[in-house]
Amino acid sequence: MQLLRAIFSHSSGRIGGAIVGLYIIIAILGLLGITPHDPLMQFRVDRLHAPDATYWMGTDLFGRDVASRLMLGISQSFIVAFASVALAAVAGIVLGLAAAWFGGWWDGTIMRFMDVLLAFPAILLALLIIAIVGPGTWTSVMAIAIVYTPIFTRVVRGPALSLKTRDFVDAARTFGSSRNYILTRHLMLNLVAPLTVQVTLALAWGLLTEAGLSFLGLGTQPPASSLGLMLADSRNLMEMAPWLLIFPGIAIMIGILGFNLLGDALRDILDPRTRRSVA
Amino acid sequence: MTQLLSVSNLRVGFGRKPEDNEIVHGVSFDLAAGETLAIVGESGSGKSVTALSVNRLVDFGGGRILDGSIQFTRENGSTLDLAAAGEQELTKIRGGEIGMIFQEPMTSLNPVLTIGEQIEESFRLHRGLTGKQAREAAKDALDRVRIPDAARRLKYCPHQLSGGMLQRVMIATALSCNPRLLIADEPTTALDVTVQAQIMALLAELKRETGMGMIFITHDIGLVAGIADKVMVMQNGEAVEQGPLDAVLDAPQHPYTKHLLSAVPHFEAGRATRTDYRRADAPSAAPALKVEGLTVRFPVTGGLLRRQTGAVHAVDGVDFDLMPGETLGIVGESGSGKSTTARAILGLVEPTRGTFSANTNGAARQSGKPVQMVFQNPYASLNPRLRVDSILAEPVMAAGGELNGETHARMRMLLDRVGLPENALQRYPHEFSGGQRQRLCIARALMLNPSVVVLDEAVSALDVSVQAKVLELLVDLQREFGLAYLFVSHDMAVVERIAHRIAVVYAGQIVEIGDAASVLSDPKHAYTKRLISAVPSVDRRKETFEVDTRQVPSLVRPLGFEPEPANWQSFGPDHMARAEA
Repeated sequence: MQLLRAIFSHSSGRIGGAIVGLYIIIAILGLLGITPHDPLMQFRVDRLHAPDATYWMGTDLFGRDVASRLMLGISQSFIVAFASVALAAVAGIVLGLAAAWFGGWWDGTIMRFMDVLLAFPAILLALLIIAIVGPGTWTSVMAIAIVYTPIFTRVVRGPALSLKTRDFVDAARTFGSSRNYILTRHLMLNLVAPLTVQVTLALAWGLLTEAGLSFLGLGTQPPASSLGLMLADSRNLMEMAPWLLIFPGIAIMIGILGFNLLGDALRDILDPRTRRSVA
Repeated sequence: MTQLLSVSNLRVGFGRKPEDNEIVHGVSFDLAAGETLAIVGESGSGKSVTALSVNRLVDFGGGRILDGSIQFTRENGSTLDLAAAGEQELTKIRGGEIGMIFQEPMTSLNPVLTIGEQIEESFRLHRGLTGKQAREAAKDALDRVRIPDAARRLKYCPHQLSGGMLQRVMIATALSCNPRLLIADEPTTALDVTVQAQIMALLAELKRETGMGMIFITHDIGLVAGIADKVMVMQNGEAVEQGPLDAVLDAPQHPYTKHLLSAVPHFEAGRATRTDYRRADAPSAAPALKVEGLTVRFPVTGGLLRRQTGAVHAVDGVDFDLMPGETLGIVGESGSGKSTTARAILGLVEPTRGTFSANTNGAARQSGKPVQMVFQNPYASLNPRLRVDSILAEPVMAAGGELNGETHARMRMLLDRVGLPENALQRYPHEFSGGQRQRLCIARALMLNPSVVVLDEAVSALDVSVQAKVLELLVDLQREFGLAYLFVSHDMAVVERIAHRIAVVYAGQIVEIGDAASVLSDPKHAYTKRLISAVPSVDRRKETFEVDTRQVPSLVRPLGFEPEPANWQSFGPDHMARAEA
């Protein structure tokens, strides 16, 4: 509650929070099927119909309602983004804590492997993974998760290394606290703030990467809808039916902007060095 | 004596609107050539700002002189108002006529230049010397501050020298142009007590040789007794009291001066030790902690294959025992191995050798670890994200206990005992002051009802008045729970007040151990003597410390090195010292 109030008293947090909130509502509605029309229904007579009162964002080549498909696409993109970021965060936390806590050989091996992953451009690495396991929604989740794991590993390892040498961790050891207790209560609890910021920013990249993969035809497969897929379909009809390109494009842009604004706001709010200026 | 500096009604402000943010409110003082003025005050009292206004370095920190004059008598006899002087004139005066030494010698020198280059720079700038001449002058400057083997040290980089040596280099640089006024801003705060004594001795000697005036800033009123002619006490930007040294120390007028003098524990060479416990009264009791031959070594690797080439002998064969209800003070300089000893007993460092056994002292003790620890920094030793009840519950949970009514009752009882309100349980560490946090740490250490509490510099990070209260609390708790304390500290005055017995640690070994009163009043080992003679005290007026350039020996030993077994000499019933080679 306190966090929500802080977000809404922060100038960019208010905008980012509102956008992300709106998108989440749209995604839930899309999932529940509460859309203006059936997103898969093909209104043959109204093919490439321009936006009007019936078809708010027009129809595509097959006469499907763009607004409904957009809602479904947003929920599809969100599922992929959330699932992949959640996977990446869990993997990154485990690997980062292991590297920081055990040090030595563990640290060297884990971090060098993460460096190798980081050396590839995100899309290229995702393409490589999909080329190996084949396209599909869940393979793109896996691919995006693997791409973003090194970032979480680094975000966790750095602070964990410094927390590990703090006096309160030493104090816990003198009581004989178990390793798991120290890792969860003393390390993880202090990592919540940087992780929250990182998750929010990673959601923005996840959204973008998913759109990119779908655009290339390697993510979500038709007839299901996704923002990237809608963009890909609109390419050849750009001049004839610009609404096919404009609406999904704007949806991607605003969504990423929302997550980035929210991430920046969370960083300001949760960083103790800037906390005072906000409060 | 000729007048050197006359400051009148100095007012300094900071920020965009300096008038609204005044830090120094109308300070006046005079200083004659060859005189030392000590400015004493707590942090935030404006003492540094006042001194920095004299050479106008305050301008670079965002400060503005709002009012007042700073009349400085120049070498040719003319006076100059530094408060109104231009930057060009000031550049000539800074370093040339007014020298300055800072608190932290480690950060005041450029780490990538040799110290020779840094001293030479001053000669080149102010005296126009070049090449060989500058090098010669730099060597002379190092000789003057009694750095042994000066010619070779010129080629050293700052990290190769100890803190005391670096402070000497800083003094050499400050004195390179024979300044007529030296400003020393807490020059010994970051140094060990024996090194502090050396620096103080050096400053006093240099002052006599050159006849310069000195402004000495410190928070330690005990330190001024040895060096100052005049004292000015500052509080909240005002000079609350000033006058000759003896008048201020013996007959303080202002309540704040009285408070400063009474809050600081004065070292009294064994006359202020505790008398509530004597070993002779309880001869048959089993020791609460017995340490035998404790040795901690850290490997030193070198060469291409990273083979072990030697070892740092951090702790080398330490033996002692600790009776219930007794406090053993472990004193020594930084790097002497006193903290490593404490950490090894707690299991935070793996000892190379040695045994220690702690007695759980009867069935009444809860299961768990009989030895607990309180750390130096109360801000770092509590997890900021946990509530106090979780913090206090942790040792119980770790020992396999349950969070039941009994645990809660013990939490409340201990909070009450350490003087914190019951509603503290629902609060977070950041809602408490440093002293309160240290009380929390003490309560946490007592949750498992330990028989031994290790206090590693437990009061060093606290303000003097808070320090006294925490010490009182520790003494009360010791009586109530029959605790044995292992009190690690560098502060002799504090140790004197809490320890029954004292062990002096030097280079990883105990060199002297025994009854506190006996060790402090009649030290036998040369190092103990040096340590005790270095402790500053209000009673030690105008004492000329002897300039001593000995360095602590290196603790890095070749592989397989074993120290010779200690040869103890006994001096009385409970007082032993290691025989010196």
